[in-house]
Amino acid sequence: MSVLVYAEIAEGTLKNTSLEAIYYGSKVAEQTSQSLLVLAIGKAENTALEIAGNYGASKVLHANSSNLEVANIVAYSDVLTQAAEKFDSKIIITAKSSLADAVTARTAGALQAGVVGNVTELPDLSNGFTVTRSIFTGKAFAQTSINSDVKILGLKKNAISPEVSDVKATIESFNAEISEGAMNAKVVDTIKATGVVPLPEADLVVSGGRGLKGPEHWQPLLDLADALGASTACSKPVSDLDWRPHHEHVGQTGVKIAPNLYIACGISGAIQHLAGVNSSKVIVVINTDPEAPFFKAADYGIVGDAFEVLPKLTAAVKALN
Amino acid sequence: MKILVCISSVPDTTAKISFSDNNTSFNKEGVALIIGPYDDYALARAVELKEESGGTLTVLNVGTSETEPQIRKALAIGADDAIRVDAEPTDSFFVAEQIAHIAKEGNYDLIMMGRETTDYNSGVVHGIVGQILGIPSLSPVMELTIEGNTAKISREIEGGKEKLEASLPLVLGCQEPIAEWKIANMRGIMSARKKPLNVVPPVGEALTSVTNYSMPPEKGACKMIPAEEAEALIELLRKEAKVI
Ligand SMILES: Cc1cc2nc3c(=O)[nH]c(=O)nc-3n(C[C@H](O)[C@H](O)[C@H](O)COP(=O)(O)OP(=O)(O)OC[C@H]3O[C@@H](n4cnc5c(N)ncnc54)[C@H](O)[C@@H]3O)c2cc1C
Repeated sequence: MSVLVYAEIAEGTLKNTSLEAIYYGSKVAEQTSQSLLVLAIGKAENTALEIAGNYGASKVLHANSSNLEVANIVAYSDVLTQAAEKFDSKIIITAKSSLADAVTARTAGALQAGVVGNVTELPDLSNGFTVTRSIFTGKAFAQTSINSDVKILGLKKNAISPEVSDVKATIESFNAEISEGAMNAKVVDTIKATGVVPLPEADLVVSGGRGLKGPEHWQPLLDLADALGASTACSKPVSDLDWRPHHEHVGQTGVKIAPNLYIACGISGAIQHLAGVNSSKVIVVINTDPEAPFFKAADYGIVGDAFEVLPKLTAAVKALN
Repeated sequence: MKILVCISSVPDTTAKISFSDNNTSFNKEGVALIIGPYDDYALARAVELKEESGGTLTVLNVGTSETEPQIRKALAIGADDAIRVDAEPTDSFFVAEQIAHIAKEGNYDLIMMGRETTDYNSGVVHGIVGQILGIPSLSPVMELTIEGNTAKISREIEGGKEKLEASLPLVLGCQEPIAEWKIANMRGIMSARKKPLNVVPPVGEALTSVTNYSMPPEKGACKMIPAEEAEALIELLRKEAKVI
């Protein structure tokens, strides 16, 4: 028996949240006296996968063939299911993402597995198998017992803080049979922002709302993000109005994020917005209105005009470097 | 074309979340229920597809009788008929099993739902349904057009989007901007009362169960920094909060 972690590859490297999942998996393997296996699917060099060892994995199974180079939900799930069957894995762990959700969902269907997402702590094994998960977009937690033979966990970012070693994992190739239906859905084009950390992975985020009054006023925010090395986000009206691209929309109906630092400029702090950002470690709010509800959810606040405050912050960050 | 839209019934997005019975159940008192916001997008696009190219639109909910106002609303917006599987939707696998069971009997070309529910945020039901039915599942879908037997789709990926083509049948998890939320008009509301709503018993069993609920710790007070001294924030973030 083994604990199996499905680690996502993005642009040839293992995602940070997947490294967290590997470390979490190593702890669950210890708890349950099993070995840990990591499965990575898609194109990556061995040197990029060996790093899994730093997080507690001795072996990485690498599935890569021409039909796995582009993420394909059905094919990736076939690979995961077959790896779980071959290595008799009863506990499957991933870092929650829209790809991992879609892939593990099908595996859950195939293996009749109970699947629980947004897990925030190590499982409690004192009475069966119980995990704590974040629900209502971060507003509460539910302790959930998984009663099926095979169990699938999707971890929330920051569920565990890894201790990193310098051990390298060995890489073994893994071949699976891809079902015929997999290639029914054909990718015809991909449009992707390059060189920025995707929001669900980001540790630093600077975000703008309707208070910035128009897409042409975004430069001061972009300058601060640039100086910090932060990713950029926005409120729902801002993406609805096409001021910013849709993938920047955070909140209850957008991307849910958990950075170390979230700086909100000209965002009122509606409950639906807070729902997607309340897992941030530190929240800074910049707003002209001292009564803006966002201040109640903030750690640091500045009552002021974002267009005056942002350049000062940018200058202060640049002075550090 | 036969379309099945699956809707969840969830607390309004502004509802205050609290628990009762010693933190073992969700406190429903004073909480208004709505169609899951993501499901509402799926429903809106399905209504448009039906208007464009004909066919039938069935709405499906796994829930107890208290979800009937949300089902009637979906009928008022434009679904032809409805099915309610009479059970608490407590577990993703269980809900997916109900949907797959109904879908198998109905032979639908498109099975649409939201990318996730806004209560448990699991985002896995569409995938489980697709696997059980042996057909592809795609999520989160932001654009959908149908040409003959082919669906043209754009799907959000981290930091961008992907355009796909797939042949029907398909299971889709949807999000904005696939369509704009629709509001029922008076005629819709009147006709919804007469549209058929079948209540059927569930199949199978839940694989997970919630044993207890808890709330996150309260946030401490917000430290205010005068706008004239805004640069002091950076020092605080570095030395006090230690996040940069
Ligand atoms: C079902 C549902 C789901 C939703 N999901 C989401 C979601 O996922 N994400 C989301 O963000 N919203 C969501 N919303 C919308 C949400 O209710 C709010 O309408 C939205 O978050 C408001 O966006 P905003 O803060 O940018 O704009 P506003 O509420 O208009 O706030 C603008 C703020 O900017 C301030 N301001 C103005 N000028 C300046 C200046 N010069 N400098 C600094 N501050 C300034 C103002 O004081 C104000 O507080 C949802 C709503 C519903 C009904």
